[in-house]
Formats: sequence, C-alpha cells, structure tokens
Amino acid sequence: MAAPDNVRLRLETLRLTALFGRTAAVREVSILFPAHTVTAIIGPSGCGKSTFLRCLNRMHELSEGGWVTGKVLLDEVDIYASDVNPIQLRRRIGMVFQRPTPFPTMSIYDNVAAGLRVNGTRPRKEMDEAVERALRQSAIWDEVKDRLHASALELSGGQQQRLCIARAIAPQPEILLLDEPTASLDPTGTQRIEELCHELKKVYTIVIVTHNLQQAARVSDYTAFFYMGGLVEVGRTSDIFTKPKVEQTEQYITGRFG
Amino acid sequence: MSARTVRRRIASGVMTGIVAVLSFTAVLALVLILADLIAKGASSIDWAFFTKSPVPAGESGGGVANAIVGTGIVVGMAALIGLPIGIGVGLFLAEYGSGRVGFLVRFIADVLNGTPSIVIGIFAWTWMVKPVGRFSAIAGSLALAILMIPMISRTTEEMVRLVPHSLREAALALGYPRWRTSLRVVARTALGGIVTGCLVGIARVAGETAPLLFTALGNLNFTTKVTQPMQTLSLQIYVYATGPFEEWHRIAWAAALLLMAFVLILAMVARYVTRQRYGRAR
Repeated sequence: MAAPDNVRLRLETLRLTALFGRTAAVREVSILFPAHTVTAIIGPSGCGKSTFLRCLNRMHELSEGGWVTGKVLLDEVDIYASDVNPIQLRRRIGMVFQRPTPFPTMSIYDNVAAGLRVNGTRPRKEMDEAVERALRQSAIWDEVKDRLHASALELSGGQQQRLCIARAIAPQPEILLLDEPTASLDPTGTQRIEELCHELKKVYTIVIVTHNLQQAARVSDYTAFFYMGGLVEVGRTSDIFTKPKVEQTEQYITGRFG
Repeated sequence: MSARTVRRRIASGVMTGIVAVLSFTAVLALVLILADLIAKGASSIDWAFFTKSPVPAGESGGGVANAIVGTGIVVGMAALIGLPIGIGVGLFLAEYGSGRVGFLVRFIADVLNGTPSIVIGIFAWTWMVKPVGRFSAIAGSLALAILMIPMISRTTEEMVRLVPHSLREAALALGYPRWRTSLRVVARTALGGIVTGCLVGIARVAGETAPLLFTALGNLNFTTKVTQPMQTLSLQIYVYATGPFEEWHRIAWAAALLLMAFVLILAMVARYVTRQRYGRAR
C-alpha cells in the first residue's frame, strides 16, 4: 500500500507472525497504517484478524501460549523491543472490544477516569475536563451529563459501548483499536459508532476489525483482507471493493465464500 | 390419554412428591431446632443475661456477658488473622493459580478444609499453649483462623473466577498493571461474593467448640485479656449443658439460642449482600 507522502506514518507491522504455542494464527503480515486514517480488517471467522489486532497493543501475549515474531513499529520504534514496557505501551494504544465491558463497580465518571488515574493523580478540575472531553468525543456526553455518578450498568448496550470508547480515548492514546465494536449492537447503535469513527479519525489513527463488509466500506479509508491467517490484499477501500487485484478478495466481497 | 402419558404423569407426580418430602424434612430440622431453642431458652433471656457474668454454682441469677464479649474477641481476632490471609490466598489461586504451585495450594486448602476442627485445636495447643504454659484467647483465635482460611480462600477463588475474562482484558488494555487489575477491577467486581464468603466463614467458626477446649479453655470471670483463658458462648454451652445444675441448663439453652440467632443474622446479611450484588450487576 502506498501512502501519500504528506501523511506521517504512525503504525506499521513487518512480517508479523502471531502464534499460540506452535500454531501460527497470523502469518507474516506487513501492513502500514497511515496517521488519521481508518483501516478496516475484514475476513471470514477464524482468519486471525482479531489476533492480529491484539498484537498491535501486545494483548496477544497475555493469551494462553501467545507469542509473536516479526516487528510492530510505532513511530519507528519496535513495540516488541526488550526495553518497551507493555503496560506503558497499552496506555498509548486504546482498545475497544466486541462486547461492551464497562467496569460494573464504577460510575460512568469513574469508568472514563480509570485510564487516566492509572497514569497518576491529577487535579480534580483537570480530571473533570478530561472526562467531559472524552465523553463529548464519544458522542455520549448529552446522554450522561446529568448522571455521571450513576452506575455504568444503567446505560443501554450502545451507550455502554460508546462509554468504553470514551474510556479508551480519555488518556489520549495515539492509536485506537476497535475489535468488532458493533457486533452486539442494534442498527441505531451501530450507526452512532460508525459516525464516531469519522469524527475520531481526525484525532486518532483507527484500526477496526469487522465482520460486516458494508461497515468496512462505510467507515474505512483502507481495507485489509485476511484469509487463513495471512494478509491477502490491502489497499484503498474504494479499490478493494470495486477492483480488487486478487481473485480471493473478489470472491469474498461478492459473497461467494466466507 | 395414552398409557405412556399416564405412566409419565404418575412418575412425575411420585418424584415431585419424594422431592417435596425430602425438602420438608431438611427444613423441618431447622424449624425444630429453632422452636426448641426458643421454647427452652427465650424465657431466660433478660437484661442480666447480657450484662452480668456468671454467679457461683448453685446461686441463681447471673448472665453470660463474659462469654458474649469473649466470643466477640476470639472470633474477631480470628477474622482479623484469617480473612486477609484467606482472601489473599483466594485471589492468588484465581489469578495465578493455574500452575503447579496453585495446584499444591488448592490441594492443601482442600485437605485443611476437611481436617476435623479438634485436630486443629490440638495443633494450636502444641504451638501456642504448651510452650507458654497457659491457655489463652489468642491461641483459640489462631485455631479458628486456621479453620477459616481454607473456607474463605476457596469461596474467594470461586467468586473471582466468576468475573468475566473480558473485564480483566479491558483493564489490561487500558494499561493497568496486573496486580492493579486484580485488585481494582476483578476483586472489586467480586466483592459481594467475597463478603458473603467471609460472613459464612465467620458464622461457621463462631459456633466451634472443639478447637477452643484446649486453647481458649473458658473462664467464669469477665476478662478482655487475650493472653488469658477466655469464655465463649460455645464453651459456656458445653460446660453448662453438661453440668449438674438446673440453673446452668437454663442459661445454656439461652446461650444456644443467642449463638443460633447470631449465626442466623450473619447468614441473612450474607444473603442480602449477595442479592445486592446481583441486583446491581444484573
């Protein structure tokens, strides 16, 4: 994928292989994620797209038997280098999961503040502002501003997912990873999250794993097609969906398999 | 109706009947015990029962204030020792207990859980009473704490394991260190269950007598010195119920009622806490 010269490169994988024990789930994937773009990762179930995503913030190695080879460069620094602290790294890369995962014992406010507090204490006023900013960016501020100290479980599924996005972006990460963020949401909730992607890419670089091809077409600038743990094709979303270079890609997006 | 339907209905009816009778029997035991305690003990419960220490044998009057306070101190100290260790072990087992060490700790906890309480009493006597040459409340507390630890660690482990894995991942993805994930997110989410386990554990040991017989020993006088022999309700019941005086039997019944009420209240609080948790977390 050739990125325009004027775009600063943020994230790049080089021959990244993710393994569970001795089985490779992702094989030799090299992709570039330009700054302030949305890249969609599509492919049939079990093709390794979620595992790939989890390599980008070093969550994969927390799974039973998980390890990787190859490189993931964030601003040209390999995040798997021995002097990189994975805990510090995860504070620079936000992640949102398939199902909403608000912390059930915390209020709405505390959920959003959680990622900030782990970075150290800060004055009350500054914290209030950061929480409000994250909630506004996640397009949920108006719905929760009057009940910031209510339990996060009082929210609907779609609201909970937007709260999780707010929680992920509150510490102002550089990259936002979304792992099928709308899989458990209804069409309205899905639409809100997709609109959010367009807004958030002005500030963050987004990688979104999705099962839904229409969603990939709607939200992303670039699309990567994975199959059986390998990267088949990556390119501008409009190209992938209208004139794919590889036949497998065409078969998948036209619904002939997967 | 076909013959098969009839047969199924009869089988279903008979099984339902058997299960109902068995359930009723189980409930009946508790109802009978409570009724008996109330019938024989309630009349002896008055102000003096709570505020006075026992009077010399043969005299009438007096109460079990020393035993009430003693139970509070002995069980309280046991909880102070046993709860942190039990909860800590439980957290360890749930979060890091998949390896060989975890297996070993779990096995030891299970064996300890099945160890007769009198054996644990002898252990406490050997290490805490014999070397010092004096029975003491603290030795009794230690014995009860040892009894509590395996119970509490196993319930804590089970409650922590109920916390969805996705929640743990969400915290780790935010850049939480592992210990902070365990304490701030996982343990806090499981808190209701852990508290319930602790209350049940306390209720269990509050009624223990055997391990206290040769540790706390019992004391007819009021004392709050933990290095001295101390009375507890269970010991008082043991001594008074087997004693020769009618007056003693009366007080033993009342003390038994009080102990039962204490256990019942703890169990109800535990229930309430659990319900709160499910109410909030759906």
